[in-house]
Amino acid sequence: MNGAVVTARGVAKDFPSGDGTIRVLHGIDLTVRAGEMLLLVGPSGCGKTTLISILAGILSASEGAIEVLGQDVRHLTPSAAARFRRETVGFIFQQYNLLPSLTAAENAAIPLVVRGERLDRATRRARAVLEGLGMGAHAEKLPRQLSGGQMQRVAIARALVHDPPFIVCDEPTAALDAASGHEAMRQLRASAVRPGRAVVVVTHDPRVYGFADRIARMEDGRIVEIAEDAAAIRRMTEH
Amino acid sequence: MIRIALRMLTGDTAKYVGLVCGVAFAVMLMAQQASIFVGLMLRTAAQVIDVVDADLWVMDPRVIYVEEIEPLPESALWRVRGVAGVGWATPFFKGLTVARAPDGRLQQVFVLGVDDASLAGSPPRMLQGSVEDLRRPGAIVLDRVGALFIWPGEEPAPGKVLEMADRRATVVGVAEASAPFTTFPVIYTRYSEALRFAPPPRKPLSYILVRAQVGEDIDALAARIESETGLLALRWQDFVWRTIRYYLTRTGIPVNFGITVALGFIVGAAVVGQTFMIFVLENLRQFGALKAMGVSNGTLLRMVLAQAGAVAAIGYGLGIGLAAVFFEVTGRTNVDLRGFFLPWWVAAIVAGAVVLIILVASIASIRKALTLDPAVVFK
Repeated sequence: MNGAVVTARGVAKDFPSGDGTIRVLHGIDLTVRAGEMLLLVGPSGCGKTTLISILAGILSASEGAIEVLGQDVRHLTPSAAARFRRETVGFIFQQYNLLPSLTAAENAAIPLVVRGERLDRATRRARAVLEGLGMGAHAEKLPRQLSGGQMQRVAIARALVHDPPFIVCDEPTAALDAASGHEAMRQLRASAVRPGRAVVVVTHDPRVYGFADRIARMEDGRIVEIAEDAAAIRRMTEH
Repeated sequence: MIRIALRMLTGDTAKYVGLVCGVAFAVMLMAQQASIFVGLMLRTAAQVIDVVDADLWVMDPRVIYVEEIEPLPESALWRVRGVAGVGWATPFFKGLTVARAPDGRLQQVFVLGVDDASLAGSPPRMLQGSVEDLRRPGAIVLDRVGALFIWPGEEPAPGKVLEMADRRATVVGVAEASAPFTTFPVIYTRYSEALRFAPPPRKPLSYILVRAQVGEDIDALAARIESETGLLALRWQDFVWRTIRYYLTRTGIPVNFGITVALGFIVGAAVVGQTFMIFVLENLRQFGALKAMGVSNGTLLRMVLAQAGAVAAIGYGLGIGLAAVFFEVTGRTNVDLRGFFLPWWVAAIVAGAVVLIILVASIASIRKALTLDPAVVFK
C-alpha cells in the first residue's frame, strides 16, 4: 500500500426536501490509499452512492473537505469538475451505460475521445485493453450482442482505457448472476488494482467482500466500521 | 465526440428515419407549395413576360392588372409616338374569343394582335414555321400546348385550320408560350387580323408597346410619356409586379397557399420537435454517463446540435430533391403543370425555415441535456 489517493474529512451532504433540507451524509472521514480496492458496503439508502458521487466530483459536498491526489474537489466549478473527472476518474456503472449504437471497442474508447483523441486511434487502444480482459473476439460487437458479464467487462475496459488514478465502481455485480459477478470482480481486481491507483467499489453483495483490501460499512449516512485486514473482512462477510 | 453523437443518432434507426422523414415532409410541402404559388403568380403575367422586344408597356392608368383591359383609342398610339425619346411605338391587342375546330370542337382562346408592319410583340420562341408567315392573310401562330387542347392527341403542325368569329384562320407556325393563368390556348396574329378574330366592343387598342431610342433613359421616357399623354407607362417588370400584386391583394390565392406552407412548417416543427425531444430523453442516461465521464456542457451542446444539424441537412436534401423531382416529372408528363419550377430562392427560404424548425426542435432538448445531473447514472 502507498499514500492516500482520496482523503475525505468531515464530509456531509444535504439534499433539499420540502421547505428544508435532509442530511444524507454525516461527518464522513475516509482515506482511500493507492494500490488498494476499498469496498463501500451497507444497506440500500445508507449513502454509499452519494459518497462515491462526491468522491468522484459528480456531486459537491455540503460540508467538509475532499482531496483527490492533493486536489480540492469540493469547490470545483462545473467545468473544472468535468475536467477533473475526465483526467482523474474511471467509472463503472451498475447499468453499464454503454452506448447502444457503438461497438464494444468504441464504447471502451469513449474516455480517450472525451480527452480529445480521435475515435479511430482511441478505438485501437481500447481494443488492446479489451484483449487484456479476454474480450478481443467481441470488440466489434454491439452491446445488444453481448451478455451481461461481457458488457460489464466492456465497462471495466472503459474505466481503465485512459489509465486513471482513481476508479469508482457502482454495484458491479448487481445485474449479474453469482458466477458472472464473481468473474467480473476477479477481472476488476486483476486489471484495475495497480500501484498508484485507488479503486472504490460500492456493493451490497457479501459474496464479493473477499476481493477487498478494506471494507467500509455505512449505515444511515455514517461510516460505522472499517475492516482493515483479512480477518476483519472475513468477520464482516460472515455477519 | 461529434462522430459519437452522429452514431448515437443513426443507431436508433426508427427515430432517425422518423426525424429525417419529418423534415423531408415539411421541406417538400413548403418548397412545392411555395413554388406552385410562385409559378401561378408568374402565369398571371405570362403574356407580359413573353413580349421581349418592348422597353415599356403603355396603357390606360386605370389598368390594375394585365387581364383588366381598359381599351385606348387609336389616337393614343400617335400621341405616344410623338413623345421625344420614343424609338418606336406599336399597337398590341389582347382579347378573348372562341375558336372552332373543323370537327366542331369549341375552345376559348387568347388572341394577341401584334403590329402589322414590324410584328413587334411576336412570340419569342418559334418551334415550327416563321413569325414572318404571320403576314399572310388569316395567318395565326398557336402555342404548342394550346394546340394540344384544340387537337388532343395530334402533333401541332402548320396547315391546320380554325374558325374564329366566322372567319377562317390558318396555323402558320407553332410557338412556345409561357403558360397563362387560365391555361387557354394563346393565338398570335397581326393586329388587323386580331380585330377581326376577336372584335372589340368600341375602342380597339389594348396596349401600346414602346421601344426607347438608343441611349434613352427608360424611366425618364416613361415619366415623359405619362406627363405628355396622361397614360400609364410601365417597364415590363413593373407591369408583371402590378399584375401579381393584384392577385396577391384581391384574391384568396396567397392566403390558401400561405396556410399550406404554414401547416408544413408547423407540422414539421411539431413532428421533428417531439421526435427529437423523445430521442434526447431516451438518451438522457447515455448523456448523463458522458457527463459523468467528463464531457463538458459545451461539448454536449455541440453533440445535440450536430445531431439536429445532420437531421436538418439530410431531411432538407431529401425534401428539396423530392420537390425538384415532382416539378421535373409533372412538367414533362402533364401539360397543365408546365412552367412550374423550383426557384433557387424558394429553396433558400425553405432552408432558412428548416434551420428555424431544427432550432425550435432542439431548444427544449438542449435544455434537458445541459441541465442534466450526471449523478443520474448512479440512480
